[in-house]
Amino acid sequence: MTAVTQPAFESVGSPLAQFVSDGWIATRRNLIKIKRVPEILVFTILQPIMFVLLFSQVYAGAMNVPDYVNFLMAGIFAQTVIFGSTFSGAAMAQDLKDGIIDRFRTLPMSPAAVLIGRTNGDLVINSISMLIMMGTGWVVGWRVTTSFWGFLGGVGVLLLFSYSFSWVMALLGMSVRSPEVINNASFMILFPLTFISNAFVPIHNTNPEFPEPTAWTLQNPIVTVIIGIVVMLVIFVPLAVRKFASVSSR
Amino acid sequence: MTIIQAEGLKKTYTSKSGPVHALAGLNLSVPQGTVKALLGPNGAGKTTAVKVLTTLIRPDEGTAHIDGIDVLRNPKAARRIIGASGQYAAVDENLTGFENLEMVGRLYHLGARTARKRAQELIEQFELTEAGNRPVKGFSGGMRRRIDLAGALVINPKILFLDEPTTGLDPRSRLALWEIITQLVNDGTTLLLTTQYLEEADHLSDDIAVIDGGKVIAEGTSDQLKAQIGGHRVVVTLVNEADAGAAREILARHGDGTPAVNDRTVEVSVVEGPRALQYVLSDLGEAGIELHDAGMRRPTLDDVFLKLTGHKAEDETSTDSTEMETAK
Repeated sequence: MTAVTQPAFESVGSPLAQFVSDGWIATRRNLIKIKRVPEILVFTILQPIMFVLLFSQVYAGAMNVPDYVNFLMAGIFAQTVIFGSTFSGAAMAQDLKDGIIDRFRTLPMSPAAVLIGRTNGDLVINSISMLIMMGTGWVVGWRVTTSFWGFLGGVGVLLLFSYSFSWVMALLGMSVRSPEVINNASFMILFPLTFISNAFVPIHNTNPEFPEPTAWTLQNPIVTVIIGIVVMLVIFVPLAVRKFASVSSR
Repeated sequence: MTIIQAEGLKKTYTSKSGPVHALAGLNLSVPQGTVKALLGPNGAGKTTAVKVLTTLIRPDEGTAHIDGIDVLRNPKAARRIIGASGQYAAVDENLTGFENLEMVGRLYHLGARTARKRAQELIEQFELTEAGNRPVKGFSGGMRRRIDLAGALVINPKILFLDEPTTGLDPRSRLALWEIITQLVNDGTTLLLTTQYLEEADHLSDDIAVIDGGKVIAEGTSDQLKAQIGGHRVVVTLVNEADAGAAREILARHGDGTPAVNDRTVEVSVVEGPRALQYVLSDLGEAGIELHDAGMRRPTLDDVFLKLTGHKAEDETSTDSTEMETAK
C-alpha cells in the first residue's frame, strides 16, 4: 500500500444539481440491484406470467364470467404492482440493518434521495412487470377495448398508485426494521385482501346474497384511486423523509 | 487546536427494562492531527458518542462541535468534512468495490470524473483490485471492512471516525487494518476511534479516553493511564492451586496493594520491581511452594480498566476477545 497525501476534495454543483444527482445516484444503485439479484427478476417476470396463466387457463372455466380474461387482467395488474411496491419496505429495513443508511446519513446528500432512489427502483420493477403481464395477457386473449389514450391513462394510474404505495412501504420498512417481518406482514395482509376483493372474482359470484355494492367509491373508481394516490403522497412522502433523517442502526 | 469538542452529552433510550443512559454527561476534546481512542466495554456509550458526532443521532442535552461547526445546528456542513465508518461494514453487497466507492464520491458531490478517479485511487491504495470489478457479495469480512474504510476516506476527510474498525475480523485482517490506519494517521488525519480492545487503543492512539456508563472515567496517554496504577507487577504461577493462599500472603507482604488470585496465578503491583521479585521468590522458596512460572510485567490497560471500573474491559463471552488473545 502506498500513502497518497492530498488536500481534501471540494463539492461541486448548485443545490438543485446536487439534489437531482443524489436522486439519480440512489436510483442507479437500485437499478444495478435489479440486474444482479436473480430473485427480483424472478418475482418481476415469472410471477406475473404465472398468475395470468393460472387464472386465465386453470380457473377461468370455474368463474362463470363472460370474457373472463379481460375481467381478470385489471385485477392482476393491480395485485402485481402492489406486491412490487413492497420491495421498498424490505429494502429500507435491510439497508438499515446493514448500516448502509448510516453511511448515507453521514454524507452531505439530500435526505430524500435514498427514498427517491428506492421508490424509483420499485417503479422500474413494476413497469417491467406491467409489460410482461400485458404481453402474457395478449397471448391469452386480453385486448385493449378503450382508446390508446385511455389505455395509457390506465397504465399511468396503476403505476402512480404503486409508486405512492412504495412510499408507505418505505416508511413502514424504516419503522419495523426487519426485512423478514415486512415481507411476511405484507404477504399476510395483501394476499388475502386481493382475493377477498373483486380482483379475481366478481362479488355476486362469491356470494350471490351480497347486494351489488353502490358506494360512491365503486361508482367512481378512477377518481377514488387518484384521491388515494394524492393522499398517500401528501402524507407519506414527508413522513418518510423525516423518518429517514433521524433513523439509525442500533 | 481542538478540532473535536463535545460537552455534557446526554442521551437516554427507553427499553423494556427501563431507561438506558447511553450517554450520561460525556465530555470529549481531541486536538487536530491526533488520534483519540474511546475505550470501553459493550454498552459503555462509545458508539452513541460517535453517532452524535457524525450527525446520526441527536443527544438529549449537550453540545458538539467539529472544526468549529456546530454538529447539532448544522449537520450538513459537518458531513462535508467528515468520513465515518460504522461497526458493520456498510457496503452495498450488490455493487462492486469500485461502484461502492464511486457512489460515495458522487454523494459527496465530487462530480462524476473526480469520483471515478478517486475510487480507482482508493482501490489501488487499499489493494482492492480483486474486489474492484466484482460485487462485494462473496468477499470476506476483511475485504468488506477495507472497502468500507476506503469509503470513509473518499474526500480525504479532515476528521475520520471509526467505530470498532476491527470488530469481527480475524487476527490477520486486524493487523492489516491497523497498518492502514497507522499510515493514514501519519498523513495527518484527525482520528476518533472506538474499541473494546485495549491492545488496539494502545497500538493506534496518541490519547485514550476510558468510557464506562456513558461518561469518560479516565483520560490520558497509554503510559499515563498505566502509571495511574503504579509501577511493575510481580506475577507468579503456581504448580499447585492449593498453595494459592500461602502465595497470596507472601505477595501481600512485598507488594503495595491487594494481590489478585486467578486460579494458579497470583499477582500484585509493587514499587520496586526487581527487588520485590527477589524477595517474593526467596520467600516462596522457603515456604516450599513450587512455581511453574514467575516474572515481572508492566501493567496493561486491562489492569487500568479493572482498577478504574471494577470490571473487565472485554466481554468474556465474546469470541472476538479470544481471537484477540491468540493475536497477541
